[in-house]
Amino acid sequence: MSTTKKFAVTALAAALGVSTLAACGGDKGDSGSGDPKKSKTVTLVSHDSFNASEAVLKAFTKETGYTVKVLKSGDAGAALNQEILTKGSPRGDVFFGVDNTLLSRALDNGIFTPYEAKGLGAIPQGVRLDGDKHRVTPVDTGDICVNYDKKYFADKKLAPPKSFDDLIKPAYKNLLVTENAGSSSPGLGFLLGTVGQYGDDGWQSYWKKLRANGVKVVDGWEQAYNEEFSGSAGGKKAKADRPLVVSYASSPPVEVLYAEPRPKEAPTGVATGTCFRQTEFAGLLTGAKNEEGGKALIDFLIGKKFQEDMPLNMFVNPVIKDAKLPELFTKHGVVVDKPQTVAPEKIADQRERWVKSWSSLVLK
Amino acid sequence: MALPVAFFAVFFAYPVAAITGRGLTVDGVWQFGRVGEVLADPDIRGVLWFTTWQALASTALTLLIALPAAYVFARLDFPGKQLLRAVVTVPFVLPTVVVGTAFLALLGRGGLLDELWGVRLDTSVWAILLAHVFFNYAVVVRTVGGLWSQLDPRQEEAARVLGAGRFAAWRRVTLPALVPAVAAAALMVFLFTFTSFGVVQILGGPAYSTLEVEIYRQTAQFLDLPTAAVLTLVQFAAVGAILAVHAWTVRRRESALRLVDPARTARRPRGAGQWALLGAVLATVAVLIVVPLGVLVERSLDGPDGYGFGYYRALQSAGASGGTFLVPPLEAVWNSLEYALAATAIALVVGGLAAAALTRRAGRLVRGFDALLMLPLGVSAVTVGFGFLITLDEPPLDLRTSWILVPLAQALVGVPFVVRTMLPVLRAVDARLREAAAVLGASPPRVWREVDLPMVRRALLVAAGFAFAVSLGEFGATVFIARPDNPTLPVAVARLLGRAGDLNYGQAMALSTILMVVCAVALLVLERMRPDRSGAGEF
Repeated sequence: MSTTKKFAVTALAAALGVSTLAACGGDKGDSGSGDPKKSKTVTLVSHDSFNASEAVLKAFTKETGYTVKVLKSGDAGAALNQEILTKGSPRGDVFFGVDNTLLSRALDNGIFTPYEAKGLGAIPQGVRLDGDKHRVTPVDTGDICVNYDKKYFADKKLAPPKSFDDLIKPAYKNLLVTENAGSSSPGLGFLLGTVGQYGDDGWQSYWKKLRANGVKVVDGWEQAYNEEFSGSAGGKKAKADRPLVVSYASSPPVEVLYAEPRPKEAPTGVATGTCFRQTEFAGLLTGAKNEEGGKALIDFLIGKKFQEDMPLNMFVNPVIKDAKLPELFTKHGVVVDKPQTVAPEKIADQRERWVKSWSSLVLK
Repeated sequence: MALPVAFFAVFFAYPVAAITGRGLTVDGVWQFGRVGEVLADPDIRGVLWFTTWQALASTALTLLIALPAAYVFARLDFPGKQLLRAVVTVPFVLPTVVVGTAFLALLGRGGLLDELWGVRLDTSVWAILLAHVFFNYAVVVRTVGGLWSQLDPRQEEAARVLGAGRFAAWRRVTLPALVPAVAAAALMVFLFTFTSFGVVQILGGPAYSTLEVEIYRQTAQFLDLPTAAVLTLVQFAAVGAILAVHAWTVRRRESALRLVDPARTARRPRGAGQWALLGAVLATVAVLIVVPLGVLVERSLDGPDGYGFGYYRALQSAGASGGTFLVPPLEAVWNSLEYALAATAIALVVGGLAAAALTRRAGRLVRGFDALLMLPLGVSAVTVGFGFLITLDEPPLDLRTSWILVPLAQALVGVPFVVRTMLPVLRAVDARLREAAAVLGASPPRVWREVDLPMVRRALLVAAGFAFAVSLGEFGATVFIARPDNPTLPVAVARLLGRAGDLNYGQAMALSTILMVVCAVALLVLERMRPDRSGAGEF
């Protein structure tokens, strides 16, 4: 008995020693001790895809005196759900990365405190989905669209598809790969795009035809794009045989950016009539320790500096009217004129039902 | 005993109970009706059925393929044996995102099977089963082979001298001694495959789903906590049952055998039969393990202008062409090493203490704790991650945004390995030595330092290595924990794969290769330090 007890005490001391040592050596940031009212750190919670260049974050510090600490936790859905679970005692001050497919869940759970950001006027009314309540502020938009492998269609002397209707034509049989709408955000976006296009009654019969035309469904974007799509680097190595994939409108510029040497032209193109528009929002978390800093950060997110930095870091489009797009986007990107959208409340209501009936239509 | 119990209570039992409880209560009232509702759903039943049968089939297939290898590694001596034993263990610690890619190259379009026989197994259940073999091969080889190499071959020889045929001698002498080890290995494999996540998603395609996948979807996608809670309970019950059986077989083995030095039991192969067996095992390892790993290496070198180290060079700079990370990917290597070292330290302290306590005390309660220590291997990472979130939120334990949470979560997975490695050795230490030291006036810490420590030092190193390798590859819980911006290797690989572009893909392959090499080197170093006769090294 006593042996074990002493043993345990020694070990406890050792363990504490380890963690104290670790804490001393840790330069991994701490949660900002000291008086919260005067805290100079503002914490941004986001999903894994968040990125900003260091220079821009430094500019924020210079302008406002606040240092940004970024916390990432999983994909967009997982990150938001974690915020909902910690409602009232959030891990940070601002959450960025709720999109229109998740917006209603966020708002219904009341995790945000209204704040009317400075500079909101520069954002078109169309993307301000929370209207005058200002619980969330739109930060960026992006489109989920079918991408095509230019070389494949040139070799076959076949015109690439342009619209949802084209995808069910016999000429494009067995060419498309998409993602599981139940677990992948582009997969869900593509499903919502068809709901937007064909309506509540029409989308199911469209998917029956798409299935008959040989659409392949894999679990995530990584598998679809890197393993199945013949236009990507991974796909070429894996001898992929699907020249059509559900991806993003910004994927072609990304292909150009991350190639050495840079090609003159993107190897892939976008079927502009197959797009679903995603809008991402940021909001001030209720119970934020540094509310003032949080407000300053939201202002900054829709400021010109951040907005113009965003395209090359997250591959999305700015929301403010006067932000200039980088040359990469103007040269290799596309303008999507009429993307599909579905109201957030409707998505929140129907999402599970849609996904379930989609699964039984397409997967079984 | 106090520290391990406290560790598990605070960092495992409490968070998991809290998240499950949150799912099953509405305004403080328990909703047990949900259990019936969820279990009545035909989709959920389908998932349960598939989870169970694929785990059983994977386990059977793994045993079938890996048992001959266990014999070869135990009884035959051949050049490169140590290296090979390290190589077959590499898949076990690789993140599934990467393995999925590698495995598709074997089974998918244009893969080896496709080229040779036109057979494509991707998105079939065979892909899942074979990938499970790939992952768990080492579990069988190490657990069964480890014991087999320490069985005295003279016992079998004696039976032969007394007139038994070769097969009868094996069946009556060796097999009974091996059965507990085989059962233990089988249960470990069953446990790993029952909770399989990435493999099923990537190789099986969206038509297949396990409990683990369903729990993830319900929690992280739909935020349907009640359903997730019920599924967690079901998984708990199943895993608990498996662990109870496992604990029972392992205990039987530990008490029953006299072991010999493995160095004396292995010989060079003799006769056509043994050579053929060796050849067959080597061929299996080559096709099933070396080829998929080789594909990753090949792709990491295969740039747009032919083979070279271009992707590796790109890893050194953050913003070569735009910047995917705020830090260069190569820094992820250091982040990973730091996290893994911290996790190893925690796992060693907690696991070592638990093993020590388990050696000194007997009784049902302590044995129950033995099984409990294994539970983290069978609980969904998302459950643990989300549990952390809602429990560790108040001072002094507001760790939600602290980096220490990452190694703590990794240590949860490492502890079972430490306990499994240390326990047999500690139990082998003669209690009379400790008593003698105590009689001579040594204080308990001094007894431990001068009697136990020298004897278990090598086992401790082996345990450290496993804990290190496991934390290095841990992906699940790490992703669900809010992290400051310093990605670990597996996280960095996943982020690179999540973006279009040749450079991103190539760098993902290069980073995976680095992860593989780091793992293999760690394991090779361990092989060198393998204790001679202690039976450590199995898990």
